[in-house]
Amino acid sequence: MTTPFAIRFLEATPRKGQAALAGFAALVLLLAVLHLFAPPGSPLHVSGYVITVGGKIMCYAIVAVAMDLIWGYAGILSLGHGVFFALGGYAFGMYLMRAIGHDGVYQSSLPDFMVFLDWKELPWYWIGSEHLAWALILVLVVPALLALVFGYFAFRSRIKGVYFSIITQAMTYAFMLLFFRNETGFGGNNGFTDFKRIAGYAITTPDMRVTLFALSAATLAATLLLGRYLVTSKFGRVLTAIRDAESRTMFIGYNPLWYKLFIWTLSAVLCAIAGALYVPQVGIINPSEMSPANSIEIAIWVAVGGRGTLIGPVLGAFLVNLAKSWFTVAFPEYWLFFLALLFIGVTLFLPEGMMGLWRRLRGRIAA
Amino acid sequence: MRLFKLLLPLLVLLLVRVAPAHAALDPAVLQPLAADDYDAKLAVIGKLVDIGGPDALRVLKALSDDALAVAGGRIVVIDGERVVDAATGVEIKPAPEDSDGITINNYVRRRLDDALARLRLFAPERATRLAAARDLLDHVAADMAPLLGRALATETDPQIKALLALADAQASLKNPDAAIRLAAVKTLARSSDPSVVHLLAALEDPKTEPDERVRLEAGASLRAVKSRLAFADNVGRVFSGLSLASILLLAAMGLAITYGVMGVINMAHGELLMVGAYSAYATQTLFARFFPGAQDAYLVAAVPVAFFVAAAVGMAMERTVIRWLYGRPLETLLATWGLSLFLIQSARVIFGAQNVEVSNPRWMSGGIQLFADVTLPWNRIVIIGFSLFVLLLVWVLMNKTRLGMFVRAVTQNRAMAGCVGVPTGRIDTLAFGLGAGIAGLGGVALSQLSNVGPDMGQGYIVDSFMVVVLGGVGQLAGAAWAALGLGVASKFLEGWLGAVISKILVLAFIIVFIQKRPQGLFALKGRFVDN
Repeated sequence: MTTPFAIRFLEATPRKGQAALAGFAALVLLLAVLHLFAPPGSPLHVSGYVITVGGKIMCYAIVAVAMDLIWGYAGILSLGHGVFFALGGYAFGMYLMRAIGHDGVYQSSLPDFMVFLDWKELPWYWIGSEHLAWALILVLVVPALLALVFGYFAFRSRIKGVYFSIITQAMTYAFMLLFFRNETGFGGNNGFTDFKRIAGYAITTPDMRVTLFALSAATLAATLLLGRYLVTSKFGRVLTAIRDAESRTMFIGYNPLWYKLFIWTLSAVLCAIAGALYVPQVGIINPSEMSPANSIEIAIWVAVGGRGTLIGPVLGAFLVNLAKSWFTVAFPEYWLFFLALLFIGVTLFLPEGMMGLWRRLRGRIAA
Repeated sequence: MRLFKLLLPLLVLLLVRVAPAHAALDPAVLQPLAADDYDAKLAVIGKLVDIGGPDALRVLKALSDDALAVAGGRIVVIDGERVVDAATGVEIKPAPEDSDGITINNYVRRRLDDALARLRLFAPERATRLAAARDLLDHVAADMAPLLGRALATETDPQIKALLALADAQASLKNPDAAIRLAAVKTLARSSDPSVVHLLAALEDPKTEPDERVRLEAGASLRAVKSRLAFADNVGRVFSGLSLASILLLAAMGLAITYGVMGVINMAHGELLMVGAYSAYATQTLFARFFPGAQDAYLVAAVPVAFFVAAAVGMAMERTVIRWLYGRPLETLLATWGLSLFLIQSARVIFGAQNVEVSNPRWMSGGIQLFADVTLPWNRIVIIGFSLFVLLLVWVLMNKTRLGMFVRAVTQNRAMAGCVGVPTGRIDTLAFGLGAGIAGLGGVALSQLSNVGPDMGQGYIVDSFMVVVLGGVGQLAGAAWAALGLGVASKFLEGWLGAVISKILVLAFIIVFIQKRPQGLFALKGRFVDN
C-alpha cells in the first residue's frame, strides 16, 4: 500500500504551491511564445534582453533556494557557494569552448586562450570535454566531490557557525586565486567566452535563448518541488532539529554529520546546475564569479526573501537582482549604498525577510 | 706617506676652490668639442679622463648635462644666467650674446657616462667615490683593469677598497697571466654579487680556462659565493616574512579584540584599516597645505588621528548596528558586510575611486644594505617596530588598565559583571572602539607600504580572520605567534612556489589545521559545552 514515489514527491507541495507553480509555468510559456512569435515592434513583443535577464535571474533563484536549504533549514551559512556555481559554469564552459571548434580567432582545435599561451595540447582534465554528456557529468560530479570532501572534514570536526562561514569564504577566495592563474588551464583572468554553439545549434538564436530560458524555469520548479519534498520529509525534520539544537539531536541518537553532509552536497550540486545554465545565457564565465563578495550576496537574497521558506529566496533573488539591474543603470554609484542598507536593514528589522513581514501583516489583519 | 695620500685630495680641493685658474685645462684640448665630429668628441673625452682632476670632471659633467656650448669660438659652460669658461672655470663678463649648444649622440653619451664614473672614482668626497665604485661594479669591463689598479693604489677607505678589489678582480679574470687570474678568483670568493656566479662558472670550463689551479680555485670560490647568496636570500625572506607578519599582526590585533574577546564577527574590519589609511592621507594633505615645513612629521600626527577616526567609526558602528545583534553571529556577519560595502562606497564618493598617493616621509626612505641584493627598507623596519609597539600597547591596555579588566570581566561573565557595577553596554562600545582604533593604526602602517584605495581592506579580511582563528580566539599571544608563523611561512613558500600557490597552500593548511584544533593554537583551558 505504498504510494509511488513520484506521487509522494508531488504531494509534498501543498495545493497553493502547485497552483503557484502552474501560474509560473504559464507565465514562462507566455513570455517564450511572445518572444518567438510576436513580431519585433509590436507592443506584445518580449525582447531578447528580457528573456536573458529572466533566465539569468532564475539561475540565481535556484542558487538562492539551494542556499536556503542549508542556511534556512540546517543553519549552516556558507559564504562559498559561488565556488560551486562557478565550477558548474566552468565545467559546462569547457564543453562550450570545445564546441567552438575551429571557429575561434586562431582557428585552432585548441581553445583560443591555450593558443595564446602557446600550449600544444589539451591538459589531461580537458579530455572528453568535447562530449556534451561528459560535460554534464562533470557539472554534477566535480562540485559534488568538492562539497563532499570539504563538508566531510568540516562537519566531522563539528566546525559550525561563523567558523564554517569563514573557512568557506577562504575556500572560495583560494579557488578564485587559483582560477585567476593562466597556468590553471581555465583561461585565467578572462575565463571562457565567445561561445558559438551547443550540440550543433547556434547559441545566439531566439530558439536557443528560449530553450535555455525554459530549461532554467523547469529546473527552478523542480528545485522547489524537491526542496518541499525534502523539508517535509523525516529527513527535513531531523535537519531542522539539528539546526535548532544540535547537541540534543545527537544525544537522541542521530548523527548530524550525514544529514548535514547530504544537504550540503545537494545544495552544491543545485548551485552547479544553476551555474551550467547560467553560462550559456550570459555568454561568459570568469574567476570573479568566485569572489567572496559574490557568495555573500547570495546570502542577502535569501535573507531578503525569508530564511526557512522556499518561496522567499526565489522572491529575494528576483527582487534584489531586478533592483541591481535597475540601480546599476540609473544610479550606478548608489547601488552599493543600497545593497549595504539592504544587508543592514534586513538583518536589523526583517530577520525573517519579506515572508516574515507578510506573515506578520496577515496576522495583524486577522486579529 | 699615508698622511700625504690623505691630504692630497684635500689639497687639490683647496687649490681648486681658491684659484681655479691654477688647475686650468689647456683650451686646445677642448677645442675639438666645437666641431660636429663625434669621433673627435670621443677623443676629447678620452683625453679628459687621462688628465683627470676636478676641472675635467666639471667639463664632462657639463657635457653630460647638455650645458656645454660654443660662444665666440670658446667652449663655455652655461650655468643659468652665468657663463663660465670651460677650460679655466672663470666667469665671462659680460656674458656673450649668443651661444651654440654642443650636442652628443647616444653612443657618445654612453662613453661619457663611463668616463664620468671613472673620474668620480678619484673624487675627493667619499660618498661620490663609493657610488662610483658601486656603479662600476655593475658593468666591469676588461679594459678597466689599469684604471681600477690606479684607484686601488690611492684609495684609503676600506669599504670602497673592498668594492674596488672586487671590480679589479672581475676585470683581471681575462688577464693572460695565470697567477693574476688565480688571485682574482680568490678575491671573488668574497663577493656576494649574483653576476659573479656566471663569471666563476665560466672559469670552471677547461675550454675557457686553461690553468687547472685557476679552475679548482674558481670552483671553490663559486661554492663560497653561492652559499653566501643562498644565505642572503634566506635572510631576505625571513625579513619580508617578518614584514608581512607585522602587517598581519596589526590587521589581526584589532580583530582579536572585537572577534576574539567580544565574539563579534566584524566583516568591516578591513574597511577600518582603509579608514586608517585614508586618515593618514588626509593628514598628509592637511600638512602639505598648512605646515609645508614639517611635511615629514605628518606620519607622527597621522597615528593618533587614524586611531581616533577609526575608533569613532567603529563606535558608531557598534552603537547603531552591532549592538542589536549580539548573540546572533551569522546576522552580525551579514550586517557588518553591509557596513563594509557602505564604507567602501563612502570612500569612493569622498576620495574618488582611484588609489591616492601616501608618500613615505624622508626619514623612512632608503634602507640598510646587508648584501649586494638584499636591502632592508627603513619603512618596513619602522613598521615591524611599530607593530611590536602596538602589541605592547594592547597588552598593557587589556591586562593592566581598568578598561581592560572590565572588558575581560564582561567577556567572562556578562551578567555577573553587570551585577557588580560594570557598565556592560558602555564597555562593549569602548572595546569595539579600541579594536577599530587598532585597525586604524594598521591602516597607517599599510599606507606606507601599499596602495591606498577604497578596496584595500578587502584583501586583508580573510588573512586577518585566519590569523585570529589560527591563533585561537581571545588570545593576543596566539594572534602574534600565528601572524609570525603565517608571515614567514608564506614568504618562504612564495620563494619556492610563487605567490598564488603559496597563498592557496596556506589557506588549505589552515582549513586542515582547524580540523585538528578547532580552538586554535592557544586554546583557553577549561571545559566547554558548545554554544
